[in-house]
Amino acid sequence: MDIISAALPMLLKGLQVTLYIFVIAIIIGFLVGLVIALFRLAPIKILNWIAKIYVDAIRGTPFIVQLFFIYFGLNSLQIISLNSTTAGIITVAINAGAYFAEIIRAGIQSIDKGQTEAARSIGFTGAQTMRYIILPQAFRRMLPTITNQSIISLKDTSLLSVIGIADLTQQGQIQASATFEAFKIWLAVGVIYFIIIYLLTLLANFVERRFQLR
Amino acid sequence: MSMITVKNLRKSFGKLEVLKDINAEVKEKEVICVIGPSGSGKSTFLRCLNRLEEITGGQVVINGHDITDKKVDLNKVRQEVGMVFQQFNLFPHKTVLENITLGPIKIHGTEKTEAEKLALELLDKVGLREKANSYPGELSGGQKQRVAIARALAMNPKIMLFDEPTSALDPEMVGDVLEVMKQLAKEGMTMVVVTHEMGFAREVGDRVIFMDGGYIVEENEPNALFGNPQHERTKAFLSKVL
Repeated sequence: MDIISAALPMLLKGLQVTLYIFVIAIIIGFLVGLVIALFRLAPIKILNWIAKIYVDAIRGTPFIVQLFFIYFGLNSLQIISLNSTTAGIITVAINAGAYFAEIIRAGIQSIDKGQTEAARSIGFTGAQTMRYIILPQAFRRMLPTITNQSIISLKDTSLLSVIGIADLTQQGQIQASATFEAFKIWLAVGVIYFIIIYLLTLLANFVERRFQLR
Repeated sequence: MSMITVKNLRKSFGKLEVLKDINAEVKEKEVICVIGPSGSGKSTFLRCLNRLEEITGGQVVINGHDITDKKVDLNKVRQEVGMVFQQFNLFPHKTVLENITLGPIKIHGTEKTEAEKLALELLDKVGLREKANSYPGELSGGQKQRVAIARALAMNPKIMLFDEPTSALDPEMVGDVLEVMKQLAKEGMTMVVVTHEMGFAREVGDRVIFMDGGYIVEENEPNALFGNPQHERTKAFLSKVL
């Protein structure tokens, strides 16, 4: 037990990094997803194509390859220089963005056409219809899937340890090799991830109940 | 004064031509009922009047605005044309009151308190003031449709379009909705009503249009059209529904 309590401060420090990256990346990712979803549904061919290529490219490649491409690949061009944290946030954000885009697109398309017609017949513009009528309803339907993708993205952040980000997994690695107590340390790391994801699920359930349609 | 003028209106869905050369005119305060078998194009005709359907050819002028003109501000014109749908299409995530006030607040920029006052007056008119804070899911079909009428009226439209407003209702709910529509007609609203309610068409309509196969086959005052139809197709249709 004292092994874990000795390692705990460093693990929690790692957790901070994990959560910091996760929160920023998931917010950016959601906004990217929203824009891409609207691109996908817009009556403009070129935007449809951009969205489709983006989603297909991200879905069709492993996360770790995307990470290496952004961190090592882009940096090797020597045009921009991304530190590991920035590269990590970008990778998680654009990865989650592609999946969010599909979730949001499906959510929007699941709303009955009559809702759009009613709103347009009142005189709302397309954008107002989206904002006041379609998205609020679609968002409620999307919540469970959004939660799911957020959890996947949180777990994906553990892969960022391979580019040297001192996240929870990286701290676990350091502690495990320093103490030679791999079993206990990785068990502790696993429990911490589990607790965080469990809390995230509770939060999502709370939000879902609050927004439930009467 | 002519509120609606339709000239040589054509509408195709791909290769299927649904409206073939429709000509019609609706004057201010007139109530026009459009009847005909399913697939005759009557709903499509109505939906062309606020361009919920893209118009393939011809001209539609609404209260002086040529909505077939590329430069027309369609959102502006639609504010003058209320529409009521067969499936109500209330916004399920908003209360009855919010359903009615959303348009005035967001489009006309009306103050919230002002918009709510107007909404409650409209709810009085359709007999549903006590449902102001209910959600659409808590209402019966007839109540939903009356809220939908109030929602359309909140924009203070000059014309009201009704697309089979009672077709999705239980029979005992139909009367309440028709009553509200009758009241509206009495107050001088210009109305185009696609309906299967022949009684309503006869009683409230100033003119009845019979459509079949994408054409207006016959058009007359209700008593003449129902009592003495001129065309074989009108006779055949009426003999089935009356």
